[in-house]
Amino acid sequence: MTQFVTFQVADCLYGIDVTGVQEVLPPQPRTPTPLAPPTVAGLVNLRGQVVLAVDLRKRLALPPREDDEPMMVVVRVGSETVSLLVDRIGEVVTVGPESFAEPPETLPVALRALVRGAHRLPDRLLLVLDVDQAAA
Amino acid sequence: MEDVDDIVREFLVESDENLDQLDRDLVALEGAPGDRGLLSSVFRTIHTIKGTSGFLAFDRLERLAHAGENLLAELRDGRRAMDGPTTDVLLAVVDRIRDLLRAIEATGGEGDVDIAEAVARVEGLLADEPVLPLADEPAPSVPAPAGAGPVIPSPAPAPEAVEAAPSAPAPVTAAPAEPFADRDDGIRAVAETSIRVDVDLLDALMRQVGELVLARNQILRLSGNGADELARAGQRLDVIASELQEGVMKTRMQPIEHLWSKMPRMVRDLAATCHREVSLELAGGETELDRGLLEAVKDPLTHLVRNAVDHGIEPPDERVAAGKPAKGVLSLRAYHAGGLVTIEVADDGRGIDPATVAASAVRKGVRTEQQVEAMAAADLLQLLFLPGFSTAEQVTNVSGRGVGMDVVRTKIEAIGGSVDIESTVGAGTVWRLRIPLTLAIMPALTVACGAERYAVPQANLLELVALDERNAVEYVHSAPVYRLRGELLPLVSLSEVLGVGATAAEPGVIAVVQSDETRFGLLVDHVLDTEEIVVKALSPRLKAIGVYAGATVLGDGRVALILDVQGLARRALAAAASDGLRQRAAVVAAAAEVEQVLVASIGGGRRVAMPLRSVTRLETIPRESVELVGGREVVQYRGSILPLARLDRILGAGYLEGEGPLQVVVHTGAGRSVGLVVESIVDILDDVAEEHSDVGDPGLLGSAVLGEHVTELLDVRAAILAADPAFYSTERAPRVARSPELIGAGR
Repeated sequence: MTQFVTFQVADCLYGIDVTGVQEVLPPQPRTPTPLAPPTVAGLVNLRGQVVLAVDLRKRLALPPREDDEPMMVVVRVGSETVSLLVDRIGEVVTVGPESFAEPPETLPVALRALVRGAHRLPDRLLLVLDVDQAAA
Repeated sequence: MEDVDDIVREFLVESDENLDQLDRDLVALEGAPGDRGLLSSVFRTIHTIKGTSGFLAFDRLERLAHAGENLLAELRDGRRAMDGPTTDVLLAVVDRIRDLLRAIEATGGEGDVDIAEAVARVEGLLADEPVLPLADEPAPSVPAPAGAGPVIPSPAPAPEAVEAAPSAPAPVTAAPAEPFADRDDGIRAVAETSIRVDVDLLDALMRQVGELVLARNQILRLSGNGADELARAGQRLDVIASELQEGVMKTRMQPIEHLWSKMPRMVRDLAATCHREVSLELAGGETELDRGLLEAVKDPLTHLVRNAVDHGIEPPDERVAAGKPAKGVLSLRAYHAGGLVTIEVADDGRGIDPATVAASAVRKGVRTEQQVEAMAAADLLQLLFLPGFSTAEQVTNVSGRGVGMDVVRTKIEAIGGSVDIESTVGAGTVWRLRIPLTLAIMPALTVACGAERYAVPQANLLELVALDERNAVEYVHSAPVYRLRGELLPLVSLSEVLGVGATAAEPGVIAVVQSDETRFGLLVDHVLDTEEIVVKALSPRLKAIGVYAGATVLGDGRVALILDVQGLARRALAAAASDGLRQRAAVVAAAAEVEQVLVASIGGGRRVAMPLRSVTRLETIPRESVELVGGREVVQYRGSILPLARLDRILGAGYLEGEGPLQVVVHTGAGRSVGLVVESIVDILDDVAEEHSDVGDPGLLGSAVLGEHVTELLDVRAAILAADPAFYSTERAPRVARSPELIGAGR
């Protein structure tokens, strides 16, 4: 059984293995980083540590969110700590291997590189995010 | 390392330090063979390694150390004299010991390091008839090993040695940190008052102090406009935090001696490989540097030393032919100056000929012939730092494999330092590395640009200029400039470089900053504060942009980016014909070459243009201060004499009989300056090389239509020669001797 931290970006529900998540934070002030790649959404002060923020909406080639008050999912990627900007935080769900499926064929190409597969939850699909790809 | 237990680890750390000392002692011994103090120090070290390795059951290490000890015993007992071959064998033993220790560190065992050869060499030497030193003549001259002169490090011979070898021609140079005679006591005293601390622990402490400094900044900000009690407590916290910060920073400081100690051995081996005779002088080993920086300086320094021995110092016969002593001098010195540590690598070799550099630059397509012609000698030498630039005609084993000075510069700049070079043909070359004392905390200026704040390292900052209606930016053509005391200062608008849109209507502030070779004005909205900032590592993705050196957390908890002034200059001033790569690209694309020119009027409605690159300063000089020397007009200028040439007369535009001060365009190269007198400065424009027409007048290169006026292109070289016929002469004034205060500074 695997536990996933779930969150919503646009219409989809995504999940990251709970062991890869450092913490989940409410919106924080971000310092813009001019000239940086468009997916970089600035720098955040995480208790004295300077952490790069990556906007998952940009990464998933989605239109920007309206309120721009994103929640943050802080993950470790290699030796770097990265904060992923998401729309809404969901529950922690526990799923087994039996509900796992390959990424649905209908998934847009932009998404397919970032999604490892999907878990069928009772009411919807949970897309398993490839953290290394998503934070890149 | 987990499976290596504590005793072994202790043994490794200790032996590692001892081996460096051993290298140094052995090379020193070769120069002063009778030095009993050195001999017994070497003997003790090997003996200790032998003893401990026997105890820890490292058989091969023990056998090897034992063999070395036997040889040393003969030397110590006076049954054999130290000579080149003996030194070679002993150094080989030290190398194998080092290999074994590395293997032990990596695997916990002795690995497959082969000691048979080294042991056999020792035994072979021992089997030979011992060479007995003559009783009356202990060691006046040392038989040099093939090609390599003995390398004498700083320590003066111990007292006995002085007595034993009165005529030893030891070129002893710098003051020793501590004479070898005192070594025993020194070590014991240090052992009683010092402990070994894990570097990781120090790094952790440093990080925490960094946080404390941030918290202090925050408290100070809050208490600044608050109650008295809080303000007082804040002040106390401030003092304590500062002292703590200083203390922790000191614990991370290490003397440059750590680098120096590896040099004698390295130079000896290099000299042997390259067939040079080199004597090494080391000074300022006590100068301290943060250990991280020390580590970062190691490779560039090694590169410079290799380069100096291989390409700088000539082979002995060439030196003798040039009237120099056969043995070259390589001197390394370190000293504090202006809050930075300067490390100098100086040789007395053949020097670097700017003409060779120029020719190489043209051949490689980095610069055009016209460009190198207009460049001052010092600027030509700067070309050495361009990527892939190497003047070495011959690729040798030691250097010249394309890993050039650009790598040195990149590495030094990466730690916030700078490199420069000074060279005199036939007399030698001096490379200077300037390194900040520490990386983790640095003073910085915080500036505002748009809604954001950025930090500019204080080390890059020269001065601040507030702009108002009268002191405004002049937009000449596309390039913004500011006249700072008569000098044209190129401006870089931070908001434009960063692409964050036009900034506020307020005039703004110019932060005059210096990157390695260029000085420019950074235009920002306003200046906020100077504070000590803690440098945080930046994500590689942001670092790759090239304009940010790091990030920091300001007093209010917001993150601010630290600007990389060098990077900004490269990015923003690339258009100003200072970027070799861009130039090359332009040549390849066969595009028209654009160069910025200074346009001046010379009377009679005539305008001349000269490359802005060749212009050093613009000056206004009172007409009455012009004096006549030998029929030439000169003025006193910055403590020396500035020859003048009146362009109106040279170019036949008639005599200007104006009133008021003279407008002078100053050109400087190779330490000489001349002034070209013009009627007035008109503008700075882009000159497109293809649109020239050739007008065959003397003193002119052609003409072009610039800013809707026909403008003559000045032959700057000819004009300068008219003012000072000796300007381009290779017979330059003798190099100014560096003052001793400079060398001794920071003591």
